Amino acid sequence: MATPADHRGRYQLTAAGLEDLHQALTSAGYRVIGPRVTADAIVLGELKSASELPFGWGVSLSPGGYRLRKRHDSAAFGHSAGPGSWKQFLHPPREQLWSASRTANGFVLDHDATPERPDKMAFLGVRPCDLRAIQIQDRVLGAGGGHRSAYARRRAAVFIVVVNCTEPGELCFCTSMGTGPESGPGFDLLLTELADGAGHSFIIEAGSEDGCQILEQLPVHPADPGLAEHADAAVAGAADRMGRFMDTGDIRELLAASHHAQRWEDVASRCLTCGNCTMACPTCFCTTAEDVTDFSGEHAERWQSWSSCFELDFSYLHGGPVRSSGVSRYRQWLTHKLGTWHDQFGSSGCVGCGRCIVWCPVGIDLTEEIAALRAERDASIPAAIAGPDAGSPETG
Amino acid sequence: MSRAVMTDCRLPVRYRVSSRVEETHDTVTITLEPADDPIAAFRPGQFMMLYSFGVGEIPISVSGPPGQPSLTHTIRSVGAVSASLCAAQPGQVVGVRGPFGTSWDDADSPGGDLLLVAGGIGLAPLRPALLSALAQPGRYRRIILLAGARSPAELVFAAEYGRWRDSGAEVGITVDRADASWPGQVGVVTQLIGQAHLDPLLTAALICGPEVMMRITARSLTAAGLPAASIWISLERNMQCGTAECGHCQLGPLLLCRDGPVVNFKIAEPLLAVKEL
Amino acid sequence: MSVISAELASHRFAAGLAAGQLDRLAAIATSIEVPAGTRLFEEGGHAASVWLIRTGRIALDLHVPGRDRLIVETLGPGDELGLSWLRPAARWQFGAIAQVTASAFELSSAKLTGLCDSDHELGYQLTRRLLGTAIDRLQAARIRILDLYASPSAAVGGL
Repeated sequence: MATPADHRGRYQLTAAGLEDLHQALTSAGYRVIGPRVTADAIVLGELKSASELPFGWGVSLSPGGYRLRKRHDSAAFGHSAGPGSWKQFLHPPREQLWSASRTANGFVLDHDATPERPDKMAFLGVRPCDLRAIQIQDRVLGAGGGHRSAYARRRAAVFIVVVNCTEPGELCFCTSMGTGPESGPGFDLLLTELADGAGHSFIIEAGSEDGCQILEQLPVHPADPGLAEHADAAVAGAADRMGRFMDTGDIRELLAASHHAQRWEDVASRCLTCGNCTMACPTCFCTTAEDVTDFSGEHAERWQSWSSCFELDFSYLHGGPVRSSGVSRYRQWLTHKLGTWHDQFGSSGCVGCGRCIVWCPVGIDLTEEIAALRAERDASIPAAIAGPDAGSPETG
Repeated sequence: MSRAVMTDCRLPVRYRVSSRVEETHDTVTITLEPADDPIAAFRPGQFMMLYSFGVGEIPISVSGPPGQPSLTHTIRSVGAVSASLCAAQPGQVVGVRGPFGTSWDDADSPGGDLLLVAGGIGLAPLRPALLSALAQPGRYRRIILLAGARSPAELVFAAEYGRWRDSGAEVGITVDRADASWPGQVGVVTQLIGQAHLDPLLTAALICGPEVMMRITARSLTAAGLPAASIWISLERNMQCGTAECGHCQLGPLLLCRDGPVVNFKIAEPLLAVKEL
Repeated sequence: MSVISAELASHRFAAGLAAGQLDRLAAIATSIEVPAGTRLFEEGGHAASVWLIRTGRIALDLHVPGRDRLIVETLGPGDELGLSWLRPAARWQFGAIAQVTASAFELSSAKLTGLCDSDHELGYQLTRRLLGTAIDRLQAARIRILDLYASPSAAVGGL
């Protein structure tokens, strides 16, 4: 029997081998989550079989637009980000934090001393940008306090199968954000799909001991060097075919100095402050805690729900919201995502997946907004040098 | 910043109200004793999330001295949760999560002058720093407290000013409005600064009060020659989780439950200058 | 330099005046004691004097029917007391009483006006200081109008 160490390296898996992968994961106790065609979209959900993967389906994306399309091949992962992201499984939209019961003089928590063992989940078909998004949420949601969060417990039980990108979407810009199209570390298994004239197969490699253990159960053989090279070229080529580009040079400084930019008024005049971008974003993590009581008043619960910095009450303080205007709320979202996230959590909060552009009902494109802010800043520099009356944005 | 957390700071720990003192018509000081394993020791300036069963949870700074198992909080009744906590009688159990956030410790400048400027209930988060300083005679050259309040009846800890003076603090008090029965000063707290004859390069200033009051006070202090880096203020935003995970308390690059509430004015000044940040 | 000039020189209001200017100001100034409880002036009275407070505390007050006297503001060492004489009516807007025993330089507003009329440079210097005093009091009053320490719920209801 091969030891895990024997399975370091690159292997070849047939398309049919995806079913073996599904079975190996299921046998190992994982609930397999992956993309499926549901309600005219490619949505993440539990896969009872690898056959549920969206073979032959692609998507056409535009700002505010998402359409399924039939592909000319049978690729299972020939689609870019859908409306959902893995955060809905790791950081559920609504979650009970604790419950308590009334006692004579107060209350007692109902919680068990040993937290429930979380579901083992296998994420099949994670894009490199989404792997990075998971890692960004790991830093945000796993760090607080001396005890492990529910997020951290769930996360520790997740097996990740990443699929490299060979065909970026119209609104993708992972290359700009340094998150793809080739996956960084952190996967258990990494696939590269080849579904062209040469047939449908995968290059597969393991990135962890758990990954090796699954890999050794699969009908694989060492990758043909020519095929591996072909796969590498497909991934490398994808880097040049991004639908969007964002200039991230000095972006923190650009945004930190942008508070009084005219562009915020412009974008706010289009923004509906609906918060769709924050719901679709795979890194947006904000939640609101809500205390609820039953009718008898004997039982109380605290629930945590996803919330959005676009909500008026998000910044509520002493009788009113701090960010009452749409301008300030859009500015908060963008400056946080691309700027102050670095200060708070040591990286950008954007992975370049493009979801916020696709799912914005009015098609606001953050790459376009950054370019406009940059243009406005650059245009104001000669004016600021010209004399004190020109004024810098910070003194306005 | 290392935290010796003994309890999961996401779960409320039960504390029993051991005493209740009405400070003003709308403000109450309660002292809490642990009913279960206590939470970690707090540092002056930090805050707790206090929970009233079935009502909700709010952030409240500690107003009592550090270094003991009991917790003292001074709470102003302004909403459902604070009203419920203000009404809590001795024996009643409330929930506590924390301690959270930064402390006044960064401002510690042994050998120099410690200036505390309080506005209204802003004296509560400063009181642990004051009591801590008074408990260490000789640590500071001068300990100066300047406090403003809406009216004489709305001064908190009024019974203690004499004791603080006797312990070596210089205490200046002013109110916004008073009738002729008030023997003290009437005016803005910044008007006390000129009378304090500060040594600007030897003074560390801690300010707590409404945000506008803190901006005005810090500006008066910088005008008096204090470097912005010698001034600390205690900021407030919507605090919910306390563990920098919910996102509500952001002020630009800061998550105030983690990077605040105590923030150096050099960092805070440009952020407070941006409206709706 | 007279004794009173030397004393005047240490008052915040006179800081920065040239020696000759100090002497001219000192010539119209009298050093006085104001025992606690002494009323310096009453609302509506003729504003004939200016005081530069050296020690103690003076309360500016106003009688409100049914509420006795309300203190508008207190003034202390280094403060200048009396601005109403600058306006044509020259009537006190508020009253003034020594809250604790105070000492001050008292100057006749008529003589001070005469001095400024005859010596524009000194007049300019004193006007700047008086304007500074007025600005400080205006800003302090404006801050108090905000009622910053009011209960947030009350503030919302009130606005």
